[in-house]
Amino acid sequence: MSAIDLLDTETTPFVSHADKLGHFGEFGGRFVPETLIPALDELTERYEKAKDDPEFQQAFAYHLREFVGRETPLTFAEKMTAELGGAKIYLKREDLCHTGAHKINNTIGQILLAQKMGKPRIIAETGAGQHGVATATVCAKFGFDCVVYMGEEDVHRQSLNVFRMKLMGAEVRPVTSGTRTLKDATNDALRDWVTNVRDTHYIIGSVVGPHPFPTMVRDFQSVIGQEARAQILEKEGRLPDAVIACVGGGSNAMGIFYPFSSDASVRLIGVEAAGDGVDTPRHAATLSMGRPGVLHGCASYLLQDQYGQIAEAHSVSAGLDYPGVGPEHSSFKSRGRAEYASITDLEALDAFGWVARTEGIIPALETAHAFAHVRKIAPTMRKDEIIIINLSGRGDKDVDAVMKNLNRLNAA
Amino acid sequence: MVGCELSRIAEQFERIRAKGEKALVAFVTAGDPFPTRTADVIVTLAEAGADIIELGIPFSDPLADGPTIQDASQRALIAGMTPPKVFDIVREARQRTQTPIVLMGSWNPALQYGMARFAQDAAEAGADGTIMTDLTPEEAGVWKSVSDAVNLDTIFLLAPTSTPSRMALVGRMASGFIYCVSRTGITGAQNDVPSDLPPLIEAIRPWANETPICVGFGIHTPAHVTTITRYTDGAVVGSSLVSLLYKERENPNALGIVRDYITSLKAATL
Repeated sequence: MSAIDLLDTETTPFVSHADKLGHFGEFGGRFVPETLIPALDELTERYEKAKDDPEFQQAFAYHLREFVGRETPLTFAEKMTAELGGAKIYLKREDLCHTGAHKINNTIGQILLAQKMGKPRIIAETGAGQHGVATATVCAKFGFDCVVYMGEEDVHRQSLNVFRMKLMGAEVRPVTSGTRTLKDATNDALRDWVTNVRDTHYIIGSVVGPHPFPTMVRDFQSVIGQEARAQILEKEGRLPDAVIACVGGGSNAMGIFYPFSSDASVRLIGVEAAGDGVDTPRHAATLSMGRPGVLHGCASYLLQDQYGQIAEAHSVSAGLDYPGVGPEHSSFKSRGRAEYASITDLEALDAFGWVARTEGIIPALETAHAFAHVRKIAPTMRKDEIIIINLSGRGDKDVDAVMKNLNRLNAA
Repeated sequence: MVGCELSRIAEQFERIRAKGEKALVAFVTAGDPFPTRTADVIVTLAEAGADIIELGIPFSDPLADGPTIQDASQRALIAGMTPPKVFDIVREARQRTQTPIVLMGSWNPALQYGMARFAQDAAEAGADGTIMTDLTPEEAGVWKSVSDAVNLDTIFLLAPTSTPSRMALVGRMASGFIYCVSRTGITGAQNDVPSDLPPLIEAIRPWANETPICVGFGIHTPAHVTTITRYTDGAVVGSSLVSLLYKERENPNALGIVRDYITSLKAATL
């Protein structure tokens, strides 16, 4: 009997699937202006067909292999493991994807759908700029017009990514409403879509938004977890004990979690941004501290005041600076399938340098949150236990911001 | 509505039809530009000839609104507007006018208030219906039943992209009137009325089951109102009224200017 067969007998099936209208229990659904509903219906129908279409799946796999550079390695973090003295730590290397983060897996899938739908114009929202870059990239490669909405605050925090998008021919529209971050960029992208829905496809960058986006983006990102699961079985002959990923909207986390979700022995741990601390008003720990509500087209946990006004999120990392979260994460939380921790700005900044020194990899600030949590829990685990961390992106884009933050901290 | 007499909105449409007129629907944001005088604005609109008032419940992140109403909502929120205060405005206005008042806004504030409690408090204050701009009929089953229970009309939206099956669904679920959006897009004044509007209204009509159809988004001149009301039951004016109020907020005669504007629009429906 192979290791895989043995494992199958131990697992309790956990089935997470949305109903026809995209509800994961009380979460998900579609809460958008009526104008968009026919476009969402069309997208759902096209996506359902594409899922069962070998030609589409072959094209998706082809571009992931030839353009993105998949599969990505599952690297054993030898020094980190030795230093922490507990569980064996493996890194799923999404930082090695073309454009430097997992975001491109989803944009490849969606651009192929946009091609099928014959919509020549693409819009996207972006926080850290990684999704904006991944969208600009596929638009350049496949020949689409591209407009990226980005909060003005983030345009300053992530100027390198703004330049990359422009290099690839995208128009970056700074968003000056509200908090000038990812939340407001998403508002403006949705408003653009309502206005230009007939010729425009909106490539949402995370497992958020109205149905079918949370399901579809999860499926495109699940390549991460599918590869990681096969790789760890090959390397270790068994499943990991914990899979860890950072959660803003939650696409890299859902991408690696989902293929493990039926493996009951595998702990799934999402790490949110605690900003200045969850006991302060300045954080982005939506699942840890929020309440269910409706934002950006779906029902999910939200940071909000008692009257349902959306609260300002805060994180040193632009990609986690979001007051909502994907509805399937809310469902995983309420059903107890995943646990969600949080890491402060300071802990993340510290982990950023630690990963660089220890493993020779500069992680994205978002990913540094997941590492900071690994740093806490790996020493509490046995040496024969295994952790996989989703190294969701590389940190070159953050070097400038981290330098400023560290200078500020040293001065203080 | 559940087996009772006509709602105030339905009565109003009967009255308008009997007179051979069309409805003028006027939107204002609760708490803007005057944090404590929105009831005065409502009474002024009603006296000037608005047949139905839409009272906007401010939300921090409205998807269906353009910059004018987004900004008005932000100002109102900063000045402290909340759903209980919106109900207070309705209560105060209701003592001074019998013109129907419809609450319009995004879904999350009502959801957080508690769906059933929101419907009940709105009805008790004297509101006659609601328009939740991001609540589609598919998600509105419970909302519809709690609203029906307190005789609060549920107004749903249709758009130029709506398919016949959507029109049928909205036709079944809507009461009071159907709010048809004039174009794909968000709220805000535009120069022209889209030319594809008459066939859209014609397509909706058979599904509406006699429910009146009003058209909004982009309408701001008497000429727009005349064009629109040729083939609909009413025209909605929103952003232009909100920006006029804001522009004249320091003017002691602001309400007089608003009165003249509404009078000119109402005259255009006749």
